[in-house]
Amino acid sequence: MIAEIGAFALLLALTLSVAQVMLSVVGRVRRSALLAGAGEGAALAAFAAVATAFAALMSAFVTSDFSVSNVAANSHTEKPLLYRVAGTWGSHEGSMLLWCLALLGFGAALAGLGRGLSARLRATAVAVQGVLGSVFLAYAAFASNPLTRLADPPVEGRSLNPLLQDPALAVHPPFLYAGYVGLSVVFSLAVAALIEGRVDAAWARWVRPWAVAAWSCLTVGIMLGSFWAYYELGWGGWWFWDPVENASFMPWLAATALIHSAVVTEKRGALAGWTVFLALAAFTLSMLGAFLVRSGVLTSVHAFAVDPTRGVLLLAILGTTAGAGFALFAWRAPSLAPGGVFAPISRESALVLNNILLAAATATVLLGTLYPLICEAVGGRPISVGPPYFNLTFLPLMALLAILLPAGPLLAWKRGDAAGVGQRLWIAVLIAAGAGLVTYALVSPRRALGAVGVAVGVWMIAGALAEILERVRAFRAPAADSWRRLIGLPRGAWGMTLAHVGLGVFVLGACFETAWKVEAAEALREGGQLDVGAYHVTLERVTPAEGPNYQAERASLRAVRDGRLACTAEPERRLYFAGDQSTSEVAICQQGLSHLYLVLGERRDSAGGPAWLVRGYWNPWASLIFLGPIIMALGGVVSLSDRRLRLGAPRRVGAAPVPVTPAPLEAEA
Amino acid sequence: MIRRLAIALAAILCLAAASDPAERLPDPAQETRARNIFQQVRCLVCQNESIDDSDAELAHDLRQLVREQVAAGKDDATIKRFLTARYGEFVLLRPAFSLGNAVLWGAPFLAAGLGLVLLLARLRGVRAETELTEAEVNALAELANGSGQDTIAPKNGPEDATRVT
Repeated sequence: MIAEIGAFALLLALTLSVAQVMLSVVGRVRRSALLAGAGEGAALAAFAAVATAFAALMSAFVTSDFSVSNVAANSHTEKPLLYRVAGTWGSHEGSMLLWCLALLGFGAALAGLGRGLSARLRATAVAVQGVLGSVFLAYAAFASNPLTRLADPPVEGRSLNPLLQDPALAVHPPFLYAGYVGLSVVFSLAVAALIEGRVDAAWARWVRPWAVAAWSCLTVGIMLGSFWAYYELGWGGWWFWDPVENASFMPWLAATALIHSAVVTEKRGALAGWTVFLALAAFTLSMLGAFLVRSGVLTSVHAFAVDPTRGVLLLAILGTTAGAGFALFAWRAPSLAPGGVFAPISRESALVLNNILLAAATATVLLGTLYPLICEAVGGRPISVGPPYFNLTFLPLMALLAILLPAGPLLAWKRGDAAGVGQRLWIAVLIAAGAGLVTYALVSPRRALGAVGVAVGVWMIAGALAEILERVRAFRAPAADSWRRLIGLPRGAWGMTLAHVGLGVFVLGACFETAWKVEAAEALREGGQLDVGAYHVTLERVTPAEGPNYQAERASLRAVRDGRLACTAEPERRLYFAGDQSTSEVAICQQGLSHLYLVLGERRDSAGGPAWLVRGYWNPWASLIFLGPIIMALGGVVSLSDRRLRLGAPRRVGAAPVPVTPAPLEAEA
Repeated sequence: MIRRLAIALAAILCLAAASDPAERLPDPAQETRARNIFQQVRCLVCQNESIDDSDAELAHDLRQLVREQVAAGKDDATIKRFLTARYGEFVLLRPAFSLGNAVLWGAPFLAAGLGLVLLLARLRGVRAETELTEAEVNALAELANGSGQDTIAPKNGPEDATRVT
């Protein structure tokens, strides 16, 4: 019964979304507040309906109702409750329903929170969001309905993939989807602005929080996925330039560029067309990611059970929505006046440079991901584009960005003062250079590139802090005065600083880990020793262990450094009954910021008795790789709590409607 | 999506296969070189992995092949040519710097360069627009010297000097 209610609610949500479009469009055309309001009501109701459908599916998973085909295919009674709940979005159908839930959730938020927008723009944006919702709901309801029943329900579910039974992976999709789909609001606002022919400061001010919210969720989602790969795969790596990773990384890059260009549009009225373009591109890349991952075009080597018709449908959705958006852009963008005059050395220029580098990086990832497909499609030779390509192209662009970054926030709008910025940053330069030199001198083996990476990371952190010190006039004004300024800093400023510091922390960790990680592997008998960097790891014994749905071999390892016990670790090698899959349970010893990462491998019988392949990695400063993105996302959250966003944007009375008007500036410091 | 990733990765558990001591070359310098090559060679039957990571039989054979050649003293380029002749360009995770791949390797930097050119063009255009013409300069001088009744407020008001984030 519950599944039927869910299926009904899904269709109801679709109907309400269509109604949302119609009411909003008619409301906009007739300028009727009543009809537009009804459209917003429909958006709220559609969200409630799709939430009901989602809850119904979740309840089917929790109660292991195997008469629902999706549950039968993707769950098992032996799964712990958390993973049965997470199973709701573990399959293609369920994840599309989660996508719809997030899409309509953001639509409802747009309808409910859109007070600050002009009535016309709001009605149009709600209509566009409704179109997106209708299209994806139609797909979920007719092409991948997760709530269909089986005529002949099985007694037990079919899936118990042990790799998926992991807390980080259970919460990774909701964050990722909130990020992907959060960009739909930005897309809708961009299309609405193009239809209304007006891109002004108020519009940019509205776009920014949505972009920041989506970006923060994406940051956390990508970090969780990376963290899961790090500790679950027993590989010691955390980023592989896999197409699936790239699919989530491209919208992130575009959203990052958007956040920065929207600042220029909001504060200075410049770059309006470019900001709109990025807003369209960010969600397009989200949809492209959804298509690439689900259609199976990227998995031509291994043909998994991917339904080609679904791929075609997703491609059609992508083509029509993004195509319509960009066609509208090509038609209307020329009428957007460029606006905003600025000098070569200015905050605007710095932000444009940021956008150039981020856009080039996005294009690189896109090209690298699609190039093998393009080659195959045009009948050329098959070709691979792997991590070495991205390291040689993406990293130089990002390195340049990292080096330029600290100067940006210190430049004034319109006309900046390069010498002044140099004066304010020389301490940061000294600190960074010192950190690099010390690293080069002290860390063995000597690696110049690693030391440069450390210097760049420290440079970004020190530069961000220098900017805060500059804002509060530390050491130049009386301490009490500085303190007052520090307290009075807007949250947006803190958010930016946190995000930049977080990026610096990430760069620091990533460079240090990459440069100085140590790998060791040896086949050990009980009592055997393996040296991993400074640690002597002893395999004390291997004992059989039994879990609820698996059997395991558990190793007891002792890691000793300088004669002192650093930690004991118990990595496992598990064999799951269902599916006959084996996994490695990695043991990670946290040593300060670094990880001693230990993996128990296969058993090998040798002449002197059984031996086990033990792998050890010394991943110095690896914690920073995951801490950095958390700090960045925190920066996003802090900036979202800014008072500025809770107040309506100031609008110029009587401004000309079509050309972009420069933003009325407000003093904040 | 996660499912696909997981399935893909489940097939390749027991990773970093190349570090297996049973396979290692006795000379550490040669072994390092071999590992470096492994990371640039695709395991042809795998999802998207190098032979450095893959536990597949083919990866094992390829590793042996590369190690043998490294031990025989062949340089990286020769080994890669050998692999490409045998398996096609598909085997290289780092696409060759060739004319056919000019777009692939050039595009990232071309995109950045194009952006820069557009920025410079815009900065230049704006400056030409904002600079005063001779007539305007004269008019301004006249105003300043002449009546002095109309004071021209500086365009850069206090709010412009304040940095706003």
